Amino acid sequence: MQITCPLCGARDIREFSIKGHETYLHRPDPEAAPEEWNDYLHNRENPAGETRELWHHGSGCGAWLLVTRNTITHEVLGAQLAREARNAG
Amino acid sequence: MRVEGRGRIDRSQPVRFSFDGKTVTGFKGDTVASALLARDIRLMGRSFKYHRPRGVLTAGSEEPNALIQVGQGHAMIPNVRATVQEIHDGLTVTSQNRMGPLDRDLMAVNDLLWPFLGAGFYYKTFMWPRAFWEGLYEPIIRRAAGLGRMTRGASPEANERAFAHCDVLVIGAGPAGLMAARTAAEAGADVIVIDENTEIGGRLLSDSEEIGGKPGDVWAGEMREKLAAMDNVRIMTRTTVTGVYDDLNFGALERVGQHLPHEPDLPRECFWRIRAKTAVLAAGALERPIAFPMNDRPGIMLASAVRSYLNRYGVAPGRNLTLFATNDDAHRTAAEMQAAGLRVAAVIDSRTGVEKQGDYRLIEGGQVIGTKGRHGLREITVRHGGRTEDIITDCLAMSGGWNPSVHLTCHLGARPVWDAEAKAFLPAPNAVPGMIPAGACNGAMSTSACLTQGKEAATEALKALGLKTARITVPKASDEAGSGSTLWYVEGKGRAWLDFANDVTTKDIRLAAQEGFISVEHMKRYTTQGMAPDQGKSSNIAALALLADATGRGIPETGTTTYRPPFIPTSIGAMAAGAEAKGFAPERFTTSDRAMRSWGAPMITAGLWYRPSYLPKRGETHWRQSCDREVRMVREAVGVVDVSTLGKIDIQGPDAAAFLDFVYCNMFSTLKPGRVRYGLMLREDGHVMDDGTTARLGENHYVMTTTTAAAGQVMTHLEFVHQCLRPDLDVAFISATEQWAQFSVAGPKARDLINSVLDQPVDNESFPFMACGEVMIHGVKGRLFRISFSGEHAYEIAIPSRYGEALFRDLVARAETLGGGAYGMEALNVLRLEKGFITHSEIHGRVTADDVGMGRMVSAKKDCIGKTASLRPGLSGEHREQLVGLKPKEPENALLAGAHLFREGDAATRVNDQGYITSVAWSPTFETHIGLGFLLNGRARMGETVRMVDHLRDKTTLCEVCDPVFFDPEGGRARG
Repeated sequence: MQITCPLCGARDIREFSIKGHETYLHRPDPEAAPEEWNDYLHNRENPAGETRELWHHGSGCGAWLLVTRNTITHEVLGAQLAREARNAG
Repeated sequence: MRVEGRGRIDRSQPVRFSFDGKTVTGFKGDTVASALLARDIRLMGRSFKYHRPRGVLTAGSEEPNALIQVGQGHAMIPNVRATVQEIHDGLTVTSQNRMGPLDRDLMAVNDLLWPFLGAGFYYKTFMWPRAFWEGLYEPIIRRAAGLGRMTRGASPEANERAFAHCDVLVIGAGPAGLMAARTAAEAGADVIVIDENTEIGGRLLSDSEEIGGKPGDVWAGEMREKLAAMDNVRIMTRTTVTGVYDDLNFGALERVGQHLPHEPDLPRECFWRIRAKTAVLAAGALERPIAFPMNDRPGIMLASAVRSYLNRYGVAPGRNLTLFATNDDAHRTAAEMQAAGLRVAAVIDSRTGVEKQGDYRLIEGGQVIGTKGRHGLREITVRHGGRTEDIITDCLAMSGGWNPSVHLTCHLGARPVWDAEAKAFLPAPNAVPGMIPAGACNGAMSTSACLTQGKEAATEALKALGLKTARITVPKASDEAGSGSTLWYVEGKGRAWLDFANDVTTKDIRLAAQEGFISVEHMKRYTTQGMAPDQGKSSNIAALALLADATGRGIPETGTTTYRPPFIPTSIGAMAAGAEAKGFAPERFTTSDRAMRSWGAPMITAGLWYRPSYLPKRGETHWRQSCDREVRMVREAVGVVDVSTLGKIDIQGPDAAAFLDFVYCNMFSTLKPGRVRYGLMLREDGHVMDDGTTARLGENHYVMTTTTAAAGQVMTHLEFVHQCLRPDLDVAFISATEQWAQFSVAGPKARDLINSVLDQPVDNESFPFMACGEVMIHGVKGRLFRISFSGEHAYEIAIPSRYGEALFRDLVARAETLGGGAYGMEALNVLRLEKGFITHSEIHGRVTADDVGMGRMVSAKKDCIGKTASLRPGLSGEHREQLVGLKPKEPENALLAGAHLFREGDAATRVNDQGYITSVAWSPTFETHIGLGFLLNGRARMGETVRMVDHLRDKTTLCEVCDPVFFDPEGGRARG
């Protein structure tokens, strides 16, 4: 697999590590209900097909990326900087 | 025997090697198999289970039978295919899987027991008594069965790894592959051509074919010259593509030094990782054997192998050939042997109405139903026209048609598709996106069709690359596909082998079906069909065809087993090349490393770092003597220790304070510039992630320290928090761990020592406890932090790394004049333990801030990572195990880390468990063993007696629960 880092270009998968589903981007309000925090901390979507995940370019530029990929075909469909994905909503 | 005028070997270069201690002479270009056959040595090994005599079946990498050991000592490698291993001077070859000499193997008694050794024999026979399995049955079975022997030591021979990229990867350099490579190369694409043979050409080197009016091998030679002359083409021979991975990544194994006399600098093999933009698979096809009774004797081999030995090596595998075939293609074998002046006793064709291709006796509608010959074929029995006939022969060539090599198309999960017309499994459409099959592996069985498909596949690849195809004409070649019928097995008396390598017969497959193992995957595991080093390349399809018949299903419904990488046996050593030793764990050295080692300090690893355990002085014979002395030295005078391995993260920006408030559970925005504060970092789930001190060097400039172990994790975490959760904060940070050498100077005389290296001395007024700032050290700009990990008056002094060693040696030399010196990790650990400071032994991932007595550090005034979760009712309170100190009732009784705690009167069982011990040491300061641990509601149980039980080491000690801070609880010494 390769991920195209928006800062570094197409790089081998071994430069990256995965954190998990994009849920991590959506931290609840500190006062949110326990159920909401429980979902954020522990429950993850694990779809067969297209999904969006956070990957870290740890052996590269250190950027956190929001990667869209297909869990069945392993096809990487795109990657954007997490900070920009967040700003875009 | 050798045949004059044939073969591609170099007869001017004799090569001598040894086989089972006897010297054998062959020629340059020979494999072990061809050189032995040339000397009429047909017996090359013993079979897996029955220890039957075996010779070669094939002339390629798919060989199941002729497995040998090459090399000596720890460089010896078992299960090498004699059909692949080239000979060189000094090569040592040993036959394997025998007890005694090869021709009188004592284990051959197994062959007489064959009626009892069917599928599932071990499971059925060695069921009871149960206790006998491990001690008795298994060792005996392991000794009797198996292929080859492992050496017990590491191989002295090195392997290598390499990476390559290309536009078009062409796998296989037969007619289809060469045509594809040429087409892609002429269009300007960056091409890699890979072939596992010693030279390119594929079957053109073995068969008499004409291409464009020239002999096939001449055409292949011309293609090689053309391709080799092009800058955009790389030809890799002796290289096998072992696997296909996502995104057209390929693994490939190159034999670099395996075929040459040993040279220290020459790797044995090289494992390639190749990334291709497109690929053409031209892997060819493998000929099918036929499972007729007693078809395993040396001398019985594939018809294609007979032609390979003749045309590539100038070897006739026998003097009196017979042929058993189901197709036209195989007949050329008889014709070629006759052309080479050899005798053909008969050609037995299972079909009727067949045309002869030469002047030989043809037996139509015939089947071989038996063979004779103890160590090699002597005679076959043929059934035809309602009668049987014995025919004298020393070499039976068999051909059941061809199996396209679809393996690589299945590595990403696709299943091959049965083609009723081709009577073969063909690659599924788009099985590996971007890899286009062409030629025989795609069902094209004539040379002409192979050439055409090769060009078409390359054209498709070029289109995907956006390149224009150059005008290339496909040369004229035979369009004879060699039609045939299928004959998987022949009924008759005696065993008929399918999988030669694992000794699986047609009877075993039928037994599996009868016992309910009707799924092809179950049958495989029950019978071990296809589980040997060759992975059933020549036998799997026949086995599933037989299973289909036995279960009354068709071949497509029965399906194939899963094809997985690697395509050929690949040593772990080759795949791990570059990832052993320092390639696996690089080493990180502090600037004091050389000094420490020169003083005899045993070094221990901390992650990838090396740190001194202790510094032995003359007369000290035990690490405890050194450690105790170093502890007293720090408590009474001054000690110096390198703390550069701690993570140092430089954090700057207008929002640096807000950022730290968010990642630490306590406040950092209130910290004044020039001051240091201890910080506790939580994970979002409310548990402690790491701790350390952070210094505020300026209004918008902090330096965070992390523990050595968690430095990388914390850096990644900070990047996550900033980029994913708080991109609104204007802050930037970078790891500066390697840039600064940092030494802790601790003890009552710490300030005297520090002032002796500073340009401007410090005192308690200008530099109180928890102060920090820039200082000049012998004229070099550095940093000073007044922090203590020992409870003593202490500093950490930091200097750019290039001055680290000089400052360290200077500090230690000056310390020695003050009655102090350097100390190591053992003493550092005792000092922190006496003071009750936690490390990752305590914050091991399952404890909260409240558990370690720092619940109140979680600031109520702000949000932070982990705050909400840490406030959940389950994560604090008296129902949890809390940090406590422990002292044995008898000071000399050692505490043990990992031991569990129980109430004094309770039985030491799991349900009574009250906690556990995390860190222990002998405290020279208090002359007792001490420990830290976690105890249920521990803070309310000070003074209570609990029982430590170490079930593993069988030790029990009564101890007293006490405050974790043993030394100077008021903290006066650090402030003074």
